[in-house]
Amino acid sequence: MSSITSARVLRPVGTAGKLFAFALDVGRGLFRRPFQWREFLQQSWFIASVTIIPTALVAIPFGAVIALQVGGLIQQFGAQSFTGSAAVLAVVREAGPIATSLLIAGAGGSAIAADLGARKIREELDAMMVLGIDPIQRLVVPRVLACMFVAVFLNGLVSVVGVLGGYVFNVVLQDGTPGSYLASFTALAQLPDVWQGLAKALVFGLIAAIVASYKGMNAGGGPKGVGDAVNESVVITFILLFVANFVMSAIYFQLVPPKTG
Amino acid sequence: MGVEIKVEHLTKSFGKQLIWGDVTLTIPAGEICVMLGPSGTGKSVFLKTLIGLIKPDEGNIWIEGLDIANCSEKDLYEVRKLFGVLFQDGAMFGSMTLYDNVAFPLREHTKKSESEVHNIVMEKMDLVGLVGAEDKLPGEISGGMRKRAGLARALVLDPEIVLFDEPDSGLDPVRTAFLNQLIVDLNAQIDATFLIVTHDINTARTVPDNIGLLYHKHLAMFGPREMLLSSEEPVVRQFLNAQRVGPIGMSEEKDADELEAEKDQELPPLPPIPLQIEPTNGKPRRSQREPGAWCRENGVTPPPGSFQDATAAAAV
Repeated sequence: MSSITSARVLRPVGTAGKLFAFALDVGRGLFRRPFQWREFLQQSWFIASVTIIPTALVAIPFGAVIALQVGGLIQQFGAQSFTGSAAVLAVVREAGPIATSLLIAGAGGSAIAADLGARKIREELDAMMVLGIDPIQRLVVPRVLACMFVAVFLNGLVSVVGVLGGYVFNVVLQDGTPGSYLASFTALAQLPDVWQGLAKALVFGLIAAIVASYKGMNAGGGPKGVGDAVNESVVITFILLFVANFVMSAIYFQLVPPKTG
Repeated sequence: MGVEIKVEHLTKSFGKQLIWGDVTLTIPAGEICVMLGPSGTGKSVFLKTLIGLIKPDEGNIWIEGLDIANCSEKDLYEVRKLFGVLFQDGAMFGSMTLYDNVAFPLREHTKKSESEVHNIVMEKMDLVGLVGAEDKLPGEISGGMRKRAGLARALVLDPEIVLFDEPDSGLDPVRTAFLNQLIVDLNAQIDATFLIVTHDINTARTVPDNIGLLYHKHLAMFGPREMLLSSEEPVVRQFLNAQRVGPIGMSEEKDADELEAEKDQELPPLPPIPLQIEPTNGKPRRSQREPGAWCRENGVTPPPGSFQDATAAAAV
């Protein structure tokens, strides 16, 4: 009885270990030649095509909500001229990476898990291995790189669209002045904020693609198994991405002191 | 020329569930073998173990001096180039046309020019009767065609060992007969070692040189075709003749009560052993033996009516 319980308790540890081993395999596959350029470009295009529009649509209300919250609060302090800087800070530092992670995991990751899962149950992956080709090098590495590549651009997209959304909301609805919104951009925000946003996006793309690939390649038990794999990959990725976001933010604040107005 | 596969004490379990234990057999070079077994006895697992897709818990698989069960990933990828595998549903890559699917191993592993690739691919497509369907995607064709395309892809690197995972599942009897004939012709042509995993009795009775039977987590019997077809061993006899009376039940095996109840039932006589399928060009295969040779050598009287042509048998 006790052995059953301990096996059950320890199972997540085993899964985490396997996921990590898989990530190491992917890391090794990165350096194996020939690099699959074709697959990489196709996947980049595919991931971009399923994520760009939803990302833009998510970014607009994100920027607007921040402007609404901060705008109201900041008015009470009589510091409306800083609305712009607060919006930029929030969007570039946090909202950008978070919205990127949602879309990369939800749209890109689920598509990867479904694709690899379907290949797994149709024995395509087995066939590939029998033909002497490593599916990690052939299929997973280009997907991971494509996901990271697209995530960086999505992060930029969210930042731009989010700030624009905040601007429109602040100027049109909250009677803020365009000049002060723009002028205060650099009051609190600084260039390293952009770099850390990009770094986060890279890491999020990496985690999302690896979890999705791992779950897809280990799908089992017919079509239902593929559905389960997609579902699990999205949930696990969300959890991991939010944790990673927190950790990276904490590290960033230690490394780069906040700018004082 | 074909390569011998030597399996020693192979054991595999998933968690606590034993799939099969202590399987020892030698698949002779250049011969056709069939591995039979009731559903769920791990035939496909056995096949996947032979190519190193699944690691066994214990035992060895020797191919050309290399132990597949305990070798490095790198050696495994190298030795797999000897293999051609036909998966159950063909396992074609869904995003490529049939032509690209069949050309895939050539483009990956050889430095052949596109025109050479074209020649080889068209030759194999012709062999399996798929000329004209090169530009179709796997999703657009029937299961039988997918299987034949899978076979073309398995043969494209001139393998020494060809493994078939249920080549007859989901095919109608006519197509199955054609496929069986194709397997025999192929063996005559390329002399590779063939292993077919199936539970189709007709295939097992007429195609192979050797038959193996997996039952109740072990290898019940492995030997020449005529040995198993004339065997009085209850499991072998029941399975090869598709009878209800015998140790195999609907779920795994029958319990003592059931066996007791049918103890006195008379077993139907063994049906005659059919002739083995011969290559269409009439030239015997290298590993082919005279009908009835094994029975004569071992002093076994084959069931009456054995080794007669279907037409001759009908005349009697």
